Amino acid sequence: MESNAAARAQKPPKLHKVRKIRMFGSVYNLSEVGVGTLLLIPSAAFLIFIFVVPVIQVIQLSFTNYNTITGAMRGVGFANYVYLLTGDTSEYFYQALGHTVVYAAVRLAFDITIALLIAVMLDSNVPLKKFLRASYFAPVVVPIVASSLIWIWFYDVNIGPFNQILNWLGLPSCKWLLSEKTSLMSIILFSIWKGLGYNVLLFLAGLQNISDSYIEAGRIDGASGWQLFWKIKLPLLRPIMSFVIMMDLIGAFKVFTEVNVMTPDGGPLRSTMLLVNYIYELAFTNGRMGRASACALILFVIIFICTMIQRKIGASKTVDYD
Amino acid sequence: MQLGHKKLVRRNWVLFIILFIGALSMLFPFVWMTLSAFKTKADVYSYPPQWLPSVWTWQNFKDVFDMIPFVRYYANSIYTSIMQTALVMVISILAAYALTKLRFPGQRIYSAFMLSSMFVPAVVTMIPLYLVVSSMGLNDTYAGIILPQINTAFTTLLLSSFFAAVPNDLIDAARLDGCGHMRVLTKMVMPNSKGAISTATLFTFLGAWKSYTWPLIITTKTEYRTLPIGLKYLVTESSSEYQMMMAASLMAILPVLIVFIFAEKQLVRSITLTGMKS
Repeated sequence: MESNAAARAQKPPKLHKVRKIRMFGSVYNLSEVGVGTLLLIPSAAFLIFIFVVPVIQVIQLSFTNYNTITGAMRGVGFANYVYLLTGDTSEYFYQALGHTVVYAAVRLAFDITIALLIAVMLDSNVPLKKFLRASYFAPVVVPIVASSLIWIWFYDVNIGPFNQILNWLGLPSCKWLLSEKTSLMSIILFSIWKGLGYNVLLFLAGLQNISDSYIEAGRIDGASGWQLFWKIKLPLLRPIMSFVIMMDLIGAFKVFTEVNVMTPDGGPLRSTMLLVNYIYELAFTNGRMGRASACALILFVIIFICTMIQRKIGASKTVDYD
Repeated sequence: MQLGHKKLVRRNWVLFIILFIGALSMLFPFVWMTLSAFKTKADVYSYPPQWLPSVWTWQNFKDVFDMIPFVRYYANSIYTSIMQTALVMVISILAAYALTKLRFPGQRIYSAFMLSSMFVPAVVTMIPLYLVVSSMGLNDTYAGIILPQINTAFTTLLLSSFFAAVPNDLIDAARLDGCGHMRVLTKMVMPNSKGAISTATLFTFLGAWKSYTWPLIITTKTEYRTLPIGLKYLVTESSSEYQMMMAASLMAILPVLIVFIFAEKQLVRSITLTGMKS
């Protein structure tokens, strides 16, 4: 290596007459600018195709009455937004919003507490740790449609295992997906089962990242296991916690697949109609692209506000013991 | 100290039993699915429910193939998933190299822009994208399924963070020795980030394999349905013949299961990585 370098130093740099270019106040190597731009072209092309153009168009569409069934297409200003929020069918919108909020809140509450509990237990010295971790994680990687099919059977009123267990215990059958009272909860139960492992993994990684010295210091000061968890581990988990909450919340607002597979028409009395399912219905069942676009943008604003609030809270309370 | 240690070990067995019961209930649906795929209709409807099939039968699998073009769905899923993964990976690798190992104006802005694109949920862009793709006449085509799903933001940013860790001195030396960019990328940068690349590939493939919403809206003909869409319609088409639904689900899950068994560690790492990075 060294002799190479020495030899190179002696040779005149005839091969590399690097042409420089000055752009935006700094000097760049011309060939790197060229190659770099070239390599970014495919990436940029797809980014424009699937992100930039659609984002501009969805805003434009939300101000039109575009209907794929009647072919109507003219600007209507804010009429779509006004209609969604105050029109004849505004109850559908608020219903979907309400269901989404309930779905998100219940799912988040269970996901966070159960996942944290499991992660803390897995963080101790239990046997078969890898098998256990893989078991909790398995539902995450399986295609949602395939697992939804299994759960449709679980929820079958007559021959579903859930009702058979209830009957065996001497309890009355439940109508699960077929009653407007229980359908949303049935979907939530599935979603918790499906997504739990993801949060377990993140919490577990966070716990394993906590330096032993903090725990040792706590032990020496006479902290009990309970105190160690509440006073040391949990505060140190805050960055992971805020990430998990954000991901789970965004995921909850975007949920579509399991709802669409298990209750294709929005469930009994539209009881499982969530926001994305409502957007899907507006756009692809009713052909109302303008209204659906407006609804999608409202959903985006909600998700955006959640993210911002969460980021503020997450950032302000980070603990640093160093 | 000794006492404390003993106490810890004993408590772990209690935790193990709790965790084990939890793990069994997580796995129960899959066990149930697998066993039921081999049951006869009579077994499925029997009360009290039967754990094991009274007769093991392959009939359900045959029924699936007879009733729906399952092989076609399967082939569609394999083809679109592989194409999607290949495109995403090639584009991401090139972009990540450009963003980390070359110097040109606008790099930071581009990365930031990509990151911001990840905050916009797919449902927002879905409607205009659908209108554009169908105006191009790509409904019910493979291109129509694949191209709009080439979302490279996550993989590009993930790979960027790994490519950035490859020492620049090494690359400069190779460049001085007359190595072209392609050689530097394929012989130095990529081998140095093997783990990250395989993780990203796996992630992209699994994502493509389970992709639901886009294939659902862009396909109307059965010939172009991917597996998830085929399974969705099987519920109504088979009029809730559960043993058939389970056989079909089992076949759809099988590739994922194989990947999962062999690459669980990588999958776990990729997820914890994304969590830690943020």
